Amino acid sequence: MAIEIKNVSKSYAGRSVLNQFSAVLPDHETTVIMGPSGCGKTTLLRLLMGLERPDEGQIVGLPDKISAVFQEERLCSPFSALANVRLVTGKSLSRQTIVQHLVEIGLSGSIQQPVRTLSGGQQRRVSIVRAMLADSDLIVLDEPFKGLDPDTKSSVLSYVQSKAQGKTLLVVTHDAAEAAALAPADSWIRMPVLSQD
Amino acid sequence: MTTTGKLPSWAKALSIFLALWVWQLAAWLVQSHLLLVSPWTALVRLATLSGQGAFWLAVSHSLGRILLGFALALVTGIFLAVVSARWHLVDTLLWPYMAAIKATPVASFIILCLIWLDSRSLSVFISFLMVLPIIYTSVLQGIRSTDIQLLEMAAVFKVSRWRRLVYIYLPQLRPFLVASCTVATGLAWKAGIAAEVIGIPSGTIGERLYQAKVYLDTGDLFAWTIVVVGLSILVDKAIVQGLDRLFAFVESR
Repeated sequence: MAIEIKNVSKSYAGRSVLNQFSAVLPDHETTVIMGPSGCGKTTLLRLLMGLERPDEGQIVGLPDKISAVFQEERLCSPFSALANVRLVTGKSLSRQTIVQHLVEIGLSGSIQQPVRTLSGGQQRRVSIVRAMLADSDLIVLDEPFKGLDPDTKSSVLSYVQSKAQGKTLLVVTHDAAEAAALAPADSWIRMPVLSQD
Repeated sequence: MTTTGKLPSWAKALSIFLALWVWQLAAWLVQSHLLLVSPWTALVRLATLSGQGAFWLAVSHSLGRILLGFALALVTGIFLAVVSARWHLVDTLLWPYMAAIKATPVASFIILCLIWLDSRSLSVFISFLMVLPIIYTSVLQGIRSTDIQLLEMAAVFKVSRWRRLVYIYLPQLRPFLVASCTVATGLAWKAGIAAEVIGIPSGTIGERLYQAKVYLDTGDLFAWTIVVVGLSILVDKAIVQGLDRLFAFVESR
């Protein structure tokens, strides 16, 4: 079942961030959201993840199981990359499977290290593996490739493409090339900037 | 002093040597064993006492009771902090008790408790009372300063409560718990021994300190004081190391 965002509005301290926004996220497909900074992309994701409630409108068809890559890494810093993924997968996935994914994304030498000792790009990749391996019906990625160098970005993009097949994926990005790699242009949602009169 | 503010070992050793030298000089100037014994005299008396069975019995009684009070306060303080973090009303209701315990002179509690309790339980209760607000306040502060972004992540991924505790809350609480245990250990010993000196339960360090006062035996007073300071430092180090190992074990899983 597709996720329908119907006339959703949200404001903070009197400042409107989303105004009567509507969109449909097709089931088992990748949808890309684009728009300039401050247009309410992250707010929309927070509404979809259940971290905020809309002031008006409704979101229909939201699944129970959601995973996400946030703008920040949001990793448990004293724990290893493996443990951070295990935090969300529990025992539903074997250690070997998680290790395979971490190796695939280029973290073979850093699997057992506390994530606080990893670079920003490595931490980013841990959070991507965490989102892709969690048992979820909707994967939300908020600027997932931010801070990655071009080579790493290319391999991580391939990883996300391969693991997202058949899943409902929602990706926020500013980069048209990233968006084009993930979904055809006619499925992009371009969010308008609200004027603050 | 290093940039981290922690004294290097050689500096600590040097400062202890200088303090002993000042003590020795003061004892030499005073020239009265009644007023001030030298470090050497205190150490000789300590060596003599440690050869007696009653010494170890007194040490084990006081150590056991103060540690029991500390452990009970640790468990109760953590439990109350968790409940208060969940329900603000509990924090509000507990506030007057915690404020009163912190502000009331320990001697008042000791005298009051002498009426309620037998002298053997006194040091357990007084140590408990002194440690409880420190652990409670610190752990509550730790819980409240938990990274909201990690809690949101856990909410989105529907992480179980047990895993939230292990992965998010415990690492957050670590510095708060270690710091509060260090402060509380010293206080538990000071208050616990003070309770024993006033309550005079038989076969305890407090009783031996009381006898030293009655018989004006300054050598014994200093020897037993060295024992209390040494035990306090040892217990503090053991607790901090125990907590460090516990957290390291949890984080290595």
